[in-house]
Amino acid sequence: MRTLSLALRNLLRNRRRSLTTLSAMVIGAVTVLVFGGYSRNITLSLQTSYVMRGGHLQIQRKDYFLYGSGNPAAYGIAEYQHVIDVVARDPVLAPMLAVVTPTISLGGIAGNFAAGVSRTILGAGLVVADRNRMRGWNDYGLPIDLPPSPLTGTAEDAVVIGNGVARVLELCEPLKVPNCPQRTKSEPAAGASAPADVAALSALEARPAAQPGEARIELLAANVHGAPNVASLRVVKAERQGFREFDDMFVGMHLAQAQRLLYGAEKPQATAVVLQLVHTSQIPAAKTRLAELLATMPQREPLEVQDFETLNPFYGQAIGMFAAIFGFISALIGAIVLFTVGNTMSMAVIERTAEIGTLRAMGLRRSGIRRLFMSEALLLGLMGAVAGVAAALCVAWLVNHAGLTWLPPGQVDPVPLTVRVWGETPMMLGTAAGLALVAVVSAWWPARRAGRMLIVDALRHV
Amino acid sequence: MNVVSMNRIGKTYHLDAVDVPALIDIDLEIRPNCFTVISGPSGSGKTTLLNLIGCIDQPDRGEVIVAGEAVQKLSDDALSDFRARHIGFIFQNFNLLPVLTVEENVEYPLLLARVPAAERKRRIGALLDAVGLARKARNIPGQLSGGERQRVAIARALAPSPRLVLADEPTANLDSHTGAAIISLMREMQREHHVSFVFSSHDPKVLAEADDAVMIRDGRIEKIERREQREQRKEGTS
Ligand SMILES: Nc1ncnc2c1ncn2[C@@H]1O[C@H](COP(=O)(O)OP(=O)(O)OP(=O)(O)O)[C@@H](O)[C@H]1O
Ligand SMILES: [Mg+2]
Repeated sequence: MRTLSLALRNLLRNRRRSLTTLSAMVIGAVTVLVFGGYSRNITLSLQTSYVMRGGHLQIQRKDYFLYGSGNPAAYGIAEYQHVIDVVARDPVLAPMLAVVTPTISLGGIAGNFAAGVSRTILGAGLVVADRNRMRGWNDYGLPIDLPPSPLTGTAEDAVVIGNGVARVLELCEPLKVPNCPQRTKSEPAAGASAPADVAALSALEARPAAQPGEARIELLAANVHGAPNVASLRVVKAERQGFREFDDMFVGMHLAQAQRLLYGAEKPQATAVVLQLVHTSQIPAAKTRLAELLATMPQREPLEVQDFETLNPFYGQAIGMFAAIFGFISALIGAIVLFTVGNTMSMAVIERTAEIGTLRAMGLRRSGIRRLFMSEALLLGLMGAVAGVAAALCVAWLVNHAGLTWLPPGQVDPVPLTVRVWGETPMMLGTAAGLALVAVVSAWWPARRAGRMLIVDALRHV
Repeated sequence: MNVVSMNRIGKTYHLDAVDVPALIDIDLEIRPNCFTVISGPSGSGKTTLLNLIGCIDQPDRGEVIVAGEAVQKLSDDALSDFRARHIGFIFQNFNLLPVLTVEENVEYPLLLARVPAAERKRRIGALLDAVGLARKARNIPGQLSGGERQRVAIARALAPSPRLVLADEPTANLDSHTGAAIISLMREMQREHHVSFVFSSHDPKVLAEADDAVMIRDGRIEKIERREQREQRKEGTS
């Protein structure tokens, strides 16, 4: 009834104090929302980055995730094309599916024998056309733009390597890698050419002659029988990878090339089938359906499904860290708002002691007095929530238009720094509701005290 | 039946180690449709007595019956509702709600008593006319003089048609001229609304207006004078 209008007038009566309290709430809401928007942006950028490169889900041989990297060839999926067909044709999965593509992970040693250097690497066999479609995934409309793979339109012996691999293999110069410190060439390393046995293996391959200025590497890997196999590969580009460990190890190649390395003349396999979904939120549904489908397949090759969060533990750690900081900031702000509003309401109760006595004498119940102050705090909280969200949107807009940039993992160029407040409705509503709730809670004690005052004492108060 | 009936009431305040007996063995009847004045020197217990009559304080001993109800037995909520229906208050400091307009102040007790809107409107109009403040219905108390504020308070106290209106030194903050006007307004309203007014003052002059005069000193009733007795006495002397 009249309670809210009375509360509003009482707030307006002490305009200065109400404004001070409001600004505390607004600053609190802005802090929470801008940090929330910032961490939300990082989370989504990370997620987009991972999904662009590795999809949402991978179908692997059972236990490949635990033991497979020790012997990828032994954990291959021979029937991968059948798996892909089943998945792509399934009426439940098909609408959720953006890309489904086979992939191979392999370990090996890459060498630049001309420079006498080599290192262990992590190889990936990719279907370039599929990967280029995956790179276009941007469900959150972020200002991230991953260009098509450098392997696009290249011959089968083409590879792309991480910047770190180029640095270690002393290929920065021919590949024109910027900011790449190169060891000053002192003396030629022990072997100016490949050792005889490796050269012999390599010679088994039909090896095109190296052009001058061209970057080539020899890639040594264990094939499916455990025997060494070598390919001579042409590096088309060095590309920075997200993490240093990965950047120092990555060699991306055509799927067929990887299959030849691992399986030679035998029937080619894949170590995983990668699924990219239209939306990340479809992961649980897709997983459930995949489990049903895989159960119907022949049990010769027991398969399992891993999601990108499992495959990239850093993602979960980063989200966890931001969630912890967000929780800490929210709790801190909540406590500050609690005491600020509590103090404001206590002062209001003391100031209006005679008024409380008057209302009680006139027949207002204790609960009525409590409601009076609680609704005042609620109103204050709601005003703070609305003003706070509005202010946070303004601050976010300013930040987003200030031209700040940051470098998300896996990106080559810095991208604009954005704070995602607008559109994050649950976060905005949650913060607003939290603020209003804290305001009401903080008024509880002063309101209770006001309700329990002795009428005659309250009336004597001047 | 009397509006208020008090039986052997006692009230003692406890200040640190000392006990201050504020009321001792009070027996008092407030008659319906009467203008009762409680008078006595400062500290004699007038305010304490009015608080007990108004059901906003409890005696240590004895029994208080207001409008036929043994009010000491009521719960706090029931007592609140009881006050809203039966008792109006007029305060020395006017105690209007500063954020409400004149008409809203008069309306407030009507909301507490759950009077329907149309009836509220009618009563507010009539009361503000009666106290001569119809023109200032939309003003807030801060824009009124002390006398005007006390008129609003009188209208507010009478709005829910209570059985009893209590006024503790309602003229103490007014100059004597305005105070006299307020007292005659209260007297007039009391007759018109058929309500019992109990009003305290340490000014013996106002006794002339009273139907009943209760003289109190050191927490004891010294003398109760009914109008009939006074008139008889006057006749006797003439
Ligand atoms: N809350 C209290 N605590 C302690 N003593 C009190 C309290 N209220 C009143 N008294 C004492 O009780 C006695 C009666 O006080 P009361 O206020 O009823 O007198 P009064 O007649 O209204 O005086 P005045 O004309 O000055 O208003 C006084 O001695 C006073 O000191
Ligand atoms: Mg007094």
